[in-house]
Amino acid sequence: MMEAPNIPLTINGRTVRVPLGTTILEVAQGADIHIPTLCYHPQLTANGICRLCAVEVVGARNLQPACVAPVASDMVVNTETERVNAARRVILELLASTVDCSQAPEVPEYIERYGARPERYAGGVRRCFPVMDDNPFFVRDYSQCIMCWRCIQACGEDIQHTFALTWGGRGVGSHVATVLRRTDARHDLRVPRELRVRLPDGGPQGQG
Amino acid sequence: MDHDPFRVVGGLIIACYATGSARGFIYVSGEHRLGYERFRNAVEQLERAGLLGQGILGSSFDCRLEVRRGAGAYVCGEETALMESIKGKRGFPRLRPPYPTDAGLWGRPTVINNVETLAKVPSIIMHGARWYNALGTPESAGTKLFAVSGSVARPGVYEVPFGVPLRHLIYDLAGGLQPGRAVQAVLTGGAAGSFLCAEDLDTPLTFEDFRRVGGTIGAGTIMVFDDTVDLRHVLARIAAFFAHESCGKCYPCQMGTQRQAEILDRIARGQTSANDAGDLLELAAVMADTSICGLGQAASMTIVNAHGHWPDLFRRTTDD
Repeated sequence: MMEAPNIPLTINGRTVRVPLGTTILEVAQGADIHIPTLCYHPQLTANGICRLCAVEVVGARNLQPACVAPVASDMVVNTETERVNAARRVILELLASTVDCSQAPEVPEYIERYGARPERYAGGVRRCFPVMDDNPFFVRDYSQCIMCWRCIQACGEDIQHTFALTWGGRGVGSHVATVLRRTDARHDLRVPRELRVRLPDGGPQGQG
Repeated sequence: MDHDPFRVVGGLIIACYATGSARGFIYVSGEHRLGYERFRNAVEQLERAGLLGQGILGSSFDCRLEVRRGAGAYVCGEETALMESIKGKRGFPRLRPPYPTDAGLWGRPTVINNVETLAKVPSIIMHGARWYNALGTPESAGTKLFAVSGSVARPGVYEVPFGVPLRHLIYDLAGGLQPGRAVQAVLTGGAAGSFLCAEDLDTPLTFEDFRRVGGTIGAGTIMVFDDTVDLRHVLARIAAFFAHESCGKCYPCQMGTQRQAEILDRIARGQTSANDAGDLLELAAVMADTSICGLGQAASMTIVNAHGHWPDLFRRTTDD
């Protein structure tokens, strides 16, 4: 197969050449530019959910999610503008005012870096669920889940193909769910070992 | 849909013929049971009459139509979520590109049109483009359905040629307001729309004139609020609607619509705080800038527009 042609683009003032089909995030990683991510995982399908990786592409109407946005020839990308940083700050404020982020160590770091003040939304709805210790494999505390979807992806088409985990609820009430809310032995809730420790959201974590 | 389903189905068959597609789908929202049944019935009758199926009227044109129901999620009006729902999946919008015309249903190129567009196709084919273009104005050709609701005597759906004044729609067709009441505001374009005021009532209903006065034609929604309505309650209701209908896929909409609703609920209860206007505008900018689909991107449009018209609604007043 022919190699994808290299195309030029500018990121934070630097001109680089990358193969067509590369995402903005991959370009940034190659250029040692840090773009914050929460839902992105290199082994899983990127869905562009957390939008923390939003970057400014000159000429685009909206900010673009770097984890899924493919590069285009002569694209001009800026990853740390005032508009970008404001968006990241607000998204972090929304997240940290809604869920317990103590199992996601990146979140406090990002909060500090972007000067987020989640307390401005104090008194609003928080996502709280009772801890579920109802099966031999997992303790599930969805109050600590940031809904990054990684466990759903891993259980589904990306790795496991068991589809044990799925989405429940919608809007701010979104949560990870099991089919018919069942977690008995017939439902394979195994998450591949290599992903267990990396899931940042305190979602299903393997016991033992 | 309810009264003349054949007009829509006819438009869809013509669209299939024009695009060379042998399969068409009619997607009806979950709330609309009657429309679903009427479409099912229409498709079955056409199949029996040989106007759908293999080799229609002895030609080489095959066309099969299926009627599918949603489960009542507003976001399924968004085209990528709609296609997921037709496939029987959860109605999450997906990233575009690819656009449906490149990769749509089951990865095939797909044309998506709304019922109003398809319903017009048979008469345009029958009477010709010149006939249709003679209706309306040069820049806004033809007719448009407007759904008039709110403080009017006869709320309903009215079809008018583009160019009649807004006043005609509200007073002559929808019966005007209750005696002694005056128009305070008209929300145009739907829940994600923009407000017009009493002085805009003589604006012709066209894209160009609405653009000039800051109205939205959009899906043809016209909500009238008389001078007894507290617009803060209207805004709180709209914000609650978007919080309820957010699919929850992307962070800004999943949590932003909720925070927006909470702030507006507080404002509607008279508990406005000094930061509210600034917080709402910032939230609006971020949701518009980062949400995956049109729902989150437009969920603050009406609120930002109201703030432009009536900034005092978002300020603490002495009588609060």
